[in-house]
Amino acid sequence: MIRLSAQVHGWLLLLPAMVLLAAFTHYPAAATLLHSFFSTPKGERPAVWVGLDNYQGMVEDPVFWQALTNNLWFALGTIPVSIGLAMLMAVWVNGKLAGRGFLRMAYFTPTVLPMIAVANIWLFFYTPTYGLLEQVTGAFGLPSHNWLGTQNTVLGCLIVVTIWKEAGFFMIFYLAALQAIPPALAEAAAIEGAGRWYFFRRVVFPLLMPTTLFVLINAVINSFRLVEHIIVMTKGGPDNASALLLYYIYEVGFKFWDSAYASTLTVVLLAILASAAIAQFVFLEKRTHYQ
Amino acid sequence: MSAIRLQEVTKAWGEARAVDSVSFETAAGRFAVLLGPSGCGKSTTLRLIAGLEQVTAGRVLIAGQDVTSLAPAARRISMVFQSYALFPHLSVAENILFGLKVRGVPAAEQEKRLKRVADLLGIAKLLERKPSQISGGQQQRVALGRAIIAEASVCLMDEPLSNLDAQLRHEMRREIRSLQQELGMTMIYVTHDQTEAMSMADQVVLMKEGRIIQNASPAELYARPVSAFAARFIGTPPMNVVSLPSITGEGLLLGIRPEHIRLDDGRNKGKGVAAQVDAVEYLGADSLVTCRVGAEILTVRLPGQVELKRSSEARLAWDPEAVHLFDAASGLRVERETHTVVLTT
Repeated sequence: MIRLSAQVHGWLLLLPAMVLLAAFTHYPAAATLLHSFFSTPKGERPAVWVGLDNYQGMVEDPVFWQALTNNLWFALGTIPVSIGLAMLMAVWVNGKLAGRGFLRMAYFTPTVLPMIAVANIWLFFYTPTYGLLEQVTGAFGLPSHNWLGTQNTVLGCLIVVTIWKEAGFFMIFYLAALQAIPPALAEAAAIEGAGRWYFFRRVVFPLLMPTTLFVLINAVINSFRLVEHIIVMTKGGPDNASALLLYYIYEVGFKFWDSAYASTLTVVLLAILASAAIAQFVFLEKRTHYQ
Repeated sequence: MSAIRLQEVTKAWGEARAVDSVSFETAAGRFAVLLGPSGCGKSTTLRLIAGLEQVTAGRVLIAGQDVTSLAPAARRISMVFQSYALFPHLSVAENILFGLKVRGVPAAEQEKRLKRVADLLGIAKLLERKPSQISGGQQQRVALGRAIIAEASVCLMDEPLSNLDAQLRHEMRREIRSLQQELGMTMIYVTHDQTEAMSMADQVVLMKEGRIIQNASPAELYARPVSAFAARFIGTPPMNVVSLPSITGEGLLLGIRPEHIRLDDGRNKGKGVAAQVDAVEYLGADSLVTCRVGAEILTVRLPGQVELKRSSEARLAWDPEAVHLFDAASGLRVERETHTVVLTT
């Protein structure tokens, strides 16, 4: 009797978390997969089983391929630079310098600001003729340029915004990791004659590897998850030049109301993210030292 | 020529002086111990010699060369840290070779020296392991290996044994001492453990509150402590320093080591000092008897097991030569010859 009531107690305590997880994570994921094999229900017509038709349509959809390519360039442009910058800034603000607390806070500000507000600030920077960027280039007598309205610059502009936003956030992780490295290691290296760069390369960088792995996975996920900036700044344009995968899913699902195709795209996105995470763990785990 | 010389070295943080005009020198090939309670400035002194801290005033000379403004690497020293400071992601071999790789020593030479050091320290089987995969004592050996492979003539050690258990500490004490003698290194060794200092050192520099109290050989430190502080710091258990005006007269403290006190067997009635037994602690080879004389407590070290009951009466006796006298106000040593005190023993 006592055993039974203890069990009931345990399950009751677990229940709230289980309900939330099941309702908002597990069920939607399973439902998405299921929906991707059905047609979109419209008015009188209920959803019918279509097998792999949605996937077939996706392979033939040029916008999907453009969004995917855009996303790969976007990931390639943001991840290495934001991680490198984060590491550099962390090493810098970890040292002894005046106003270091202020500096740390300043780097972290982009993370605290709401994404929409951030996008609005940058929208002003990029605005043609009177935006900040235009005023600076105009002062040097350079011709006017519509940064967000041109196909070959719009993705670059979004990459810069994302790096600016992510680097400060990643820096916090690096800072925490740097502070966990005992100062005696630097002293031992100094006595052995190691310079700052040598010490960083042989000791600090390898000891930061667990953090780098963690940050890298986060960065990859973030680069495929970005949608707010695009909604505010470009709406995927011009001519889908800044459409990323998740934005395209949002468009298909909530503008074109093609929920079955949106589900198909979502399954592909999840598959990409899962395989990226697994690959990183498999390849980097071996070269990572955990304390 | 002295291997290491400190001249009026001071280190201050704001108003606080961690090291206060410290001067001493150590001859080449000697084992010098910086000894003192925690916070006495001994570790800071070592870090000043290593160049990990900058002196506020004074000069540091190594092998006759003024190194006061040189970087640690340029001082040609090696160092063993209290935490060992091993690089956790590098193997034992890479840890030991770290300095040689930095300095670009040829690979063949690295190999040769690594083998010699590993054999010397008995860690040849551990070379491929990571520091987290070996025991504390083995980590200690790796840290030693990293220090001696550089073949620097001066080796600095900052409480290297404080993380080991008593058994291992004893073993490593002998090992470090014999290693130092074998390699002819000049050693500066920091510890708060007077047993380590007494058993390893050629020279003990006893410090307190940033200043040197006494700089002498272990035997001298034991036989002629310059102050009540030095007397109370050396010996297990340390010297009894008590105020017994009936014996010494006013203004003096009486110092007597526990091992120099004996129990009077009662044949010479009326002789000796009357005491009351407070506690008896049996240690095997000998026993420690805590006695009360008036308001003072004296520890007596007697061989073997002692049949004494708590609160029983005892008479304590000692030889006049075993008595140390200290000035009650300043704590400084007062020579017996200058005082004609009748010592009732």
